[in-house]
Order: sequence, then C-alpha cells, then structure tokens
Amino acid sequence: MPQTNRSLTINGDTYEFSGDPRTSLLDFLRRDCGLTGTKKGCDHGQCGSCTVIVNGQRINSCLSLAVMHDGDAITTIEGLGTPDDLSPLQAAFVKHDAYQCGYCTPGQICSAQAMLEEAKAGWPSFVSDDLDGEVKLTREEISERMSGNICRCAAYSNIVEAILETMEAGE
Amino acid sequence: MTTRSMDAPDTRNLLDHTAQGVIGKPLDRPDGPAKVTGRATYAAEHDIPNCAEGVLVLASISKGEVLGFDEEEVLALPGVIAVISDERMIARSAQGGANEAPVQKVRNVEYFGQPIALVVAETGPQAQHAAERLKVRYRVEDRDNVAINPDEAKAEPHKEPTIQGDIDHAMKEAAHAVDLTYTTQGQVSAAMEMHASIAEWDGHTLTAHSSLQMLNYNINELADALDLEPERVRLISRYVGGGFGSKLGIAAELVAASVAAIELGRPVRVVMTRRQVFECVIRRSETEQRLRLGTDADGRLTAFGHEARVSNLPGEKFAEPVTQASKFLYAGHNRKLAINLARIHRVTAGSVRAPGEAVGMQALEAAMDELANAVGIDPVELRLRNIPERHPTMDIPYSSRKLAECLHVAAERFGWDGSDRRPAQRREGDWWIGTGMASAARVHNLANAQARVTLQADGTAIVASDMTDIGTGTYTVLRQIAAEMLGLDPENVLVRLGDTDFPPGPGSGGSHGAASTGSAVQLACETIRDRLVERLGCKPDELTLKDGFATCGNRRAAYPDLLQGADIEEIGKFEVGKIKGQYSTAMYGAFFTEVAVNAWSGETRVRRMTGAFGIGRALNEKTALSQCIGGMAWGIGQALTEQLMFDRRDGHIVNPDLAEYHVPVNLDVPDLDAVLVEERDPAASPLQAKGVGELGICGAGGAICNAIYHATGVRVRDFPITPDKLIAQLPDV
Amino acid sequence: MKPFDYIRPESLEYAAQQQQRDGGRFIAGGTNLLDLMKLEVETPERLFDLNRMPMAQIEPEGEGLRIGALVSNNACAADPRVRRDYPVLSRAILAGATFQLRNRATTAGNLCQRTRCYYFYNTAMPCNKREPGTGCSALNGINRIHAILGASDQCIATYPGDMAVALYALDATVEILQASGGRRHVPVRDFHRLPGDEPEKDNVLEPGDVITGVVLPPPPQGVQLYRKVRERSSYAFALVSVAAVVRMDGERIAEASLAFGALAHKPWHDPRIETLLAGEVPSDAVFDKAADLLLEGAEDYGHNGYKIPLARRTLKEVLRNATGGGQ
Repeated sequence: MPQTNRSLTINGDTYEFSGDPRTSLLDFLRRDCGLTGTKKGCDHGQCGSCTVIVNGQRINSCLSLAVMHDGDAITTIEGLGTPDDLSPLQAAFVKHDAYQCGYCTPGQICSAQAMLEEAKAGWPSFVSDDLDGEVKLTREEISERMSGNICRCAAYSNIVEAILETMEAGE
Repeated sequence: MTTRSMDAPDTRNLLDHTAQGVIGKPLDRPDGPAKVTGRATYAAEHDIPNCAEGVLVLASISKGEVLGFDEEEVLALPGVIAVISDERMIARSAQGGANEAPVQKVRNVEYFGQPIALVVAETGPQAQHAAERLKVRYRVEDRDNVAINPDEAKAEPHKEPTIQGDIDHAMKEAAHAVDLTYTTQGQVSAAMEMHASIAEWDGHTLTAHSSLQMLNYNINELADALDLEPERVRLISRYVGGGFGSKLGIAAELVAASVAAIELGRPVRVVMTRRQVFECVIRRSETEQRLRLGTDADGRLTAFGHEARVSNLPGEKFAEPVTQASKFLYAGHNRKLAINLARIHRVTAGSVRAPGEAVGMQALEAAMDELANAVGIDPVELRLRNIPERHPTMDIPYSSRKLAECLHVAAERFGWDGSDRRPAQRREGDWWIGTGMASAARVHNLANAQARVTLQADGTAIVASDMTDIGTGTYTVLRQIAAEMLGLDPENVLVRLGDTDFPPGPGSGGSHGAASTGSAVQLACETIRDRLVERLGCKPDELTLKDGFATCGNRRAAYPDLLQGADIEEIGKFEVGKIKGQYSTAMYGAFFTEVAVNAWSGETRVRRMTGAFGIGRALNEKTALSQCIGGMAWGIGQALTEQLMFDRRDGHIVNPDLAEYHVPVNLDVPDLDAVLVEERDPAASPLQAKGVGELGICGAGGAICNAIYHATGVRVRDFPITPDKLIAQLPDV
Repeated sequence: MKPFDYIRPESLEYAAQQQQRDGGRFIAGGTNLLDLMKLEVETPERLFDLNRMPMAQIEPEGEGLRIGALVSNNACAADPRVRRDYPVLSRAILAGATFQLRNRATTAGNLCQRTRCYYFYNTAMPCNKREPGTGCSALNGINRIHAILGASDQCIATYPGDMAVALYALDATVEILQASGGRRHVPVRDFHRLPGDEPEKDNVLEPGDVITGVVLPPPPQGVQLYRKVRERSSYAFALVSVAAVVRMDGERIAEASLAFGALAHKPWHDPRIETLLAGEVPSDAVFDKAADLLLEGAEDYGHNGYKIPLARRTLKEVLRNATGGGQ
C-alpha cells in the first residue's frame, strides 16, 4: 500500500497528514489542525459551511479527502484575518450584520473572497446575460455566486450588502 | 438578589430616561469579530483530550421492538470501543420547556429514525462506519396496527376549542363569505450547526458542551434522564449555530454522549449527521386548516372560524398551536377555533420557529385575501376594518398594538396600489407579475428570569446569565441594556452567556429571551444604581450615569473612585407576576411583496418584499432588523420550497438532507426591506420591549401566496407552492 | 465510510489495469463519490486518485474541441472557446450545483454522476441500483423526481446532471482508455444506459475503462439554449431541463438538436423529434407534435406525473425562444 504521508500548506504553515485516508479535508482541518473556523453543516456538499480556498479556488472541504491535497495551498477563515485585524470582508460582515448565529459565516466569507477573484478572471455565472461580456458583480450576480452557501438565519440581504461594500472600497 | 414581580404595566419607561443613549442603537455585535474570523467555538469544537467519538444508530422500522444487536461484528472493527443501548438514553427530543426527560425507552421503537443505540470509537470515521454496519434485530409491529400517515388516525380535540356565538348561522347570513381548506407540509428548523455534544464525567459531575437554546430547562431534562441531581450537571452553550426551535429541548446526542462518558470514563463527543438531525430531532407538523370567514356588506367580520388538524406521536403534549393569532388578531363575534390532533408514528412534532403563527397566519392571511376579493375591497382595507377594539373572546384590552401603523408604513414604502386587484393583468416577457400583502402577528411571551450584573471596581461591568445567543443578538442587547442603565460605553460591558453556572433564565425560544432576561439585567442594574445613590448620598431621581461617571446634584465621580476597589454585584430576579392575562399583548406587522411567476414552468421568484414591524422598544435596531429579514426569508421557504416528504409505507423522511429539503438560497431571497415602527409597550416588559425573533415569518408566506394569485389567477391552497401545483392550473402560454 | 486503500497510480495505464484486476473506483473531484461513500451507498475497496494525471487540458481537436477528463466544470464553463462556440455547454454547467462544487467536479466525473433517487441514497431501503435484486422502493414510494421515460420495473431513477444534457445536444464523443491499452470512442448519446434489468449499470463503462476526455464536434451553427426548471432558483437539481441547438434557414427550422434532462435514466435524446422539426416553419402546432413524440409512452408513477405537462411546456418555451416562432 502506498505511503500516505502528505504535506499541506495551510494559511502559510506546513501540516503533515499521515492518518486514515478516509479523513476529509474538513475533518483534518477541524480535528487534526485545530482550525475549527471551517464549519461542518452537512458533510455532503449541500450547505457550503465548509468552504475553503484551495490553490485560489473555493471548494467544499467536506467532499474532499485530506490525502488528495498534498502540496496544495489552503486558505481557511483563520488565514484571512484575526479579531484584531479583520480583513475588509470580515469587517464588512460585522458592519452589515451579515450573520446571526455565525455558523455559516466563515464559509460565506471564504466563498466571497474567492468569488471576487473568479469575477476578476471573467468567469460567467448562470445569471450572466452575456457569457462573453465583462463580469459585473450586480446584486443578482453576487446572489447566484453565493448560492452555494446556505444561511438558515437568512442574512442573505446583508451578506450581499457586505460584499458590495467591500468591492466598492476595493475599486 | 432583588426580586420584582411585574403585576401591572411598567410605565416608568426607565430606558427613555437614562443618559447613555445607547439603547436601541444599531451597534455591531460584540461576538462579531470572533464569528467572522472563525474563533467562535461551537459545541463540537472544544478541544477535549482523550475524547472518544460516538455516532447514533437510528431505527429502520416504524414501530416495534429492538430485540438485540450483533455487537461482536462491529466491536471487532478497528477502533470501536462500545455499542451502548441504555435505558437512560432518550428516544425523542424533549419539547421546549419540558423540564424533564422525554420518552427514554430506546428499544421500544415508535417511529422510523428513532435513536436506538450509540457506537463509540476512537475516531469519527471508525464510529460512523461501525454504526452503519451494526446489525439490529427487531420485532416489527404489523403495519396494519400502526398509524403512520395523518389520514390513518382519528384526530382528537386538543384543549378546549373556542366557540362563541353561532358560526354556522353567521356564515349563512354573511354578505360575503369564504369557506376554504389550506394545507401545509411538514418542515424542519435546519439550523446550520448540527446537534452536537461533548460530555465529560469526573465521577461526580457531568459537564457537557452542547448546542442548546434553553439551558435552565435542559439541565433538568438531562439530569432527569441520567437520574442525577441537577447540581451535578453543567451545560455550556456559549455559541449556538442556530436553533429555530430544534434545540429548545435536549436531543438524543446529548444524553447518549453523557451515558457513554459515564460508562466509559472518558469524554465522548456525539455529533449528529445532517440526516439524523432530520430524522430524529423535531418536525413541524403538517397542517390541514379550515378557514371560515364571513362579513357584512362592508367587509366587517361577523364569522371567524379557524379549525386545524395536526399530528404528533402518541404521548406528546405538543400540538402545533395553529390558531394562536386567530384568537386575537381580527374581529368577528361568531367564532370557532379548534385544534385537532392525530396520533401518528412519525418523528416527534415540536416547535419550529414561530410555532402556531408560522403556519396559521400563512393560511389565515391567504384566506383573508380571498375574502377581500370576495368583498371586492383592497385587502389592506379589509384588515384595517377588522382590527378589534378589545380581545374578541376574552374581553380584555390590547396593550400597545401597531398593526394599522405597520400596514400604512409598509404599504407606503412598497408603493402599494390596492385599488385594482384583478389577477393576471401584468406580464413581463415570460413572467406573470403580481403583488400581495399580509398582516403579521405573533403572541408576546414573557418568562421569569435572573441575571447577574457586576459593576467592577475598574468601572467596567459584567453581565452573566445562562441565556443563550442563537444568533438572535442576546450578547448585543444585554450589553446595551446594562450599558444604558449603568452609564457605560458598551465596550466596557462584557456579557457572559450559555453556562448553567450563571443565574437561570428562560433561554432562547418563543421570542421571549431578550425581554425576559433583559428585564432581569435591567433590574440588577437598578439595584446597582440604588447602591450608587447610597454612596453618593443623593436622591434616586437626581442620579445620572453616563460614560462611567455618576452625577448627583453637583457631585460627579468616576466609578473607580466611587467603588474604592470593591465590586458591586447584584442579581436581578424578574418575575412575570399578575400582568399575565391582563392584556392581549402581541407583536404586529405587515408584509408586501411582488412576485414573478414563470408562465411556462410555474417557477416563482420573489422580486421584492417589504415588512414593517411593531416589536415594542427595539433594543438594537440592527439585530432586530436582521431577525425580521431572516423571518421573511423563512416565509419565502415556507411559501415556495420547504416540505418534508414522508414515505407512506413506513413514515421515513425521503428527503432528509439539504439537497432535497429546499431551504432558500441566496438567489431565492431579494434585497429584503424591513423597517421598525416606533413603539413602547409598558405591558410587555419593564423594557417596553416585546419579542422579535419569530414575527418576520408570521404571515409572510401568505403574502407570497396572495401575490402568486394576483400574478396568475391561480390560487394554490397547499403549501409550498411548487411548480407542479401551479402548472396544473396555469393557462397555456 | 468503509475503509479503502488509497492509491495514487504512476500512470493511467497502470490505474486502468489495476482497477480491472482488483476493482475499486477512480476518483477525481470526488464530489459525488465521497458523498455516496460517506453514506456507504458506495463501498469501494480501493480508490485510484487520478488527479495528478495529465488530463486537465482543453485543446483543439480537428475543428472541434477536446475537453480533458479532469477539466473542472468551472474551467470548462469559463473557457473562452467553450463560451463562444458551445454556449449551451457553458450554460448547462453553470446551471448545475454551485461554484464550490464545480471547482472540484470534473468532466468525466460529472458524466458518471449517479442518480439522486431518494431510495438509492437510503441504505435502509431496497434498491436495485444499489443492491441488485432487492427491489425498487421508488416505484410505490415517493417518486416526484423520478423518470417518466425509459424506466423499467426494476428502476425509475433519473440521471440528475446538467452538463451531459448539453453534450447530448452537441452530439459529443466520450474518449475511453481501456485496460488493454486500447482506446475507444463512444458517442455520448450511447454512453449512458436505460435501466432495463441491470439498473446497477449507469453507463457502458467496463472494468478498467478510464474516461480520458470528451470531444466536441465542430461548433454548430445557430442558437444554443439551456433551460433548467427547478424548485429553488439555484443549487437544486432539475425537474426538467432542455438543451437545444437550433439552426434556422430563413423562416424554416433547418436543423434542431434537442436533449432533455431529469426525464429518464439518461439524458433523453429522440432523433424523431429532430426529423420532425427539420424543414418546418415554427409554430405551436409543430412544437406540440414534437412534444407528442417526446412524451409518447411517458409514464406517471404517482408523484411525477407533473413532469409530463412540464416537459411539454418547457420544450415549447425553448423552441419558441430558439426559433423566434410559434404562438
């Protein structure tokens, strides 16, 4: 059986994985790395709470095995900012009350962070009128692109506000 | 400790006469930075050394008996420590406020999905696999002897119905009348954090981190289940990832973790899977509601009937109180309100956000729309004409009530034109466009509560209570109450919650947490103010507290100077007292919405929605509005997408996950517009505040149903209004 | 999840041979396979991780385009050539799942996506697809998302995906490496199976077969549309979907290629509809005839009967929008 020792870069630090290959990337982060900011809301890719950024792209960490990620650069919510030094998106989420219970929030923020990059790269979405046009992140575009992150408290309107403000501040 | 009983309206209105000026302000949540950076620690996330992992095993039969388990096979799997099926474990969730253990006989199966055992292993994957592999031997009850579907059981009256006058006669005599049956399908809370507990046993005391809403009841429920004195149990729930009713009472994972921790002598963590949360926690009952509404020629209600049929497991005391707001919202002398309860073998029915009104108002407000069309008047006008002077059956006065104001304010913001309500008039491309409205109403609840406030010698304060913050904003509003009462910058007030070592309150549920525990905080602060008055030697009404200074006449002192190194610690014990029953006290509001319905497919999209709400004093405008828009989004889910589907053969839920149980996603929810109508309600609480957490859902789905009718001319009386139901009646394009 | 051996093969050929010999599953994105493995609906003894294999390119092939097996759904949908020449494919992909899932989901994996039948997902229930011979629970159960076309008394599940529906309309080809080292090309319309008596077989892949890519034919002329009807506005499986590639010749339909999702065990393609439409002046009467052909033999199993009118309405909607005719 092949060796399963793997090395992942998480928020700039190196972590070794050598455990049970069944371990999801999500459980590896939460249990083995102590990075509990990434949340488990369904464990089946149906809610988005576990969203992290892998090599620049957002994914559901629950539907990925840790063992598949050696060499990957992973950013979790802990890598985006700290309570004393919030990232612009994190600060905007606080300001606009873009969360209530807070459980889906790290996933929302990681998702939004990656979404801004996707839009810059010109990736279209289901609601884009023109597949070839420049991507303009309207309210509707943001809503569609953030629909992979369920918020049962339903802070959606405020989440969109927070993202819009962050975008405008960044322009 | 200072005790105060609320026996009459509290007209002192203290919070409008304090100096700090922070009450009601839209301040950011103090827990925000921790939440947005992933540093807020939820139940399953505590790093407890040597913690074993448990996974529940659920029954795969509807009714019968567990004869045994083939434990040997799974005990031989790597890492598996134990299979536990113990008489202390619970078979159902406790109902909200139960205060005692729910049904415990886990081997006596009463519904498909009932917890029957716990598998414990060293790691999560090991336990999960073993739980999947565990073979269970059953004695299965003959299907013919088991009522599984609501239509297989006779419904019995639940509590005394309200009968006044003669509704049958009034309906016959009415100038305009509608007699309609609406149905709603089962729903779930689907809080984002799955039920999770870590239990530790030190040989004497059981300590558990758990995701719970009402610790003061939960501690007794757990203690009762374990047969321990409550003093030997401690529950901690500092952060709760949503509850919406599903965490009012303890659930199976907490007791299972506790039993395992006691038996194994090491900490045990049990996190339900998402499917298990669906299958064994709590459902909102499906409902069948008959609405009989009759008016005189001017649209004034003379007949008001609301009879509902709901279901629950045998032995459960809870029946979805569908007619709760119908008791007081509208006029109509001839009344019949009734709840009939069918006993069936499906997962426990219990409280899901706004039990009663969430489904009752949804149907009532749709029926009111049909009535307005029958009368031929603006549906707003119909509601305005039927606001009663006094409670229609109890003949007591209303406390503050802002229904009319909310209707006007929301109509104005929305740009409502109710003059022409003919349906199917507006088309944009492939989409029918329509508007609809509804009233909002939800009873106000108030409960006994205690809180401890410490004004520390350094001039900062600490508030402590076993109250929880499930996203509702408790950390925020209790901080503002204390800051206002004590004249402090809110930054200098620390609120500590979610620990049964702190003074008890009613917890989060029924929208009563902030008003109840907040009143206890206010009371403790009042006593602290008295102590300061004593120290300053002046009259109470001369005292002004602001920015950490006490001023009395010409004396002004900073708190550290006044306190001289000694904290002042007070516990406020607030009791509801005789105010209960003197007034009809409720929160009110109004919804207006515009929908687009695809003429081909029947897909419905809510394009905009405005809500205006009267909730008494808003303790924090920002968090209050967040509650409102959250409720409105729930209304969208209720109206359009959310439904539990049960297999008729065995009662199992066929869609127990978030892929097939459709809670609204971001794109389903437009930029919601919510506004608060200024209000003070002295009969509601000493804070003059009422509840807010549930109001936003109460009627919202009805407004959407009405807008769909206005858009298309199709009235669907079975929620949720999915495309299949609409295309059955939509005209060809 | 059942324990498994995790294998990262040195080469595709090695993976194909090992898998043929020992069994197991290939894993790429894992968004469907791991979901099912967690529920123990899938219990492979070993996983062959193909993620490091050089199959993540999109490159020209003749006048068409070759999408590598490991190209992520998002990368495919966002590729400028796909957006320009095969918009129906971009649209279909973007209508499925979420950005997070599409960043992991791959072309080959998505083709092999398994059904969302409630009973397939529930290991406490009989299911011929999961455990052949145990029976079909959906037949007499809740079957509102189930097939109205091409089902059997063994299975009424549907293929749930979106991307493949567009590939059917485009008449793409699936490129397969065999354990023997040989390659075969299967028209995508022949790739998925109807359930028949072997509902456990979703498609024509044999042990040791590895999908290496999908080849798109030269860009078709005309209008390309993808219409998906669903209960939520996003992040929901289709109730009905239609992929259409329609070329007009003046007032007449020159050529129409249509495929349908969520109606059957595979994306549905009926050449009779295309024959019927070719040369016709678009009208509702013609569209209705097309729908008659589509729905010939459609069956209502109790809860999915609404799909019959819904498919008709959606087909007509798409044909109107694609041809500019009708009414």
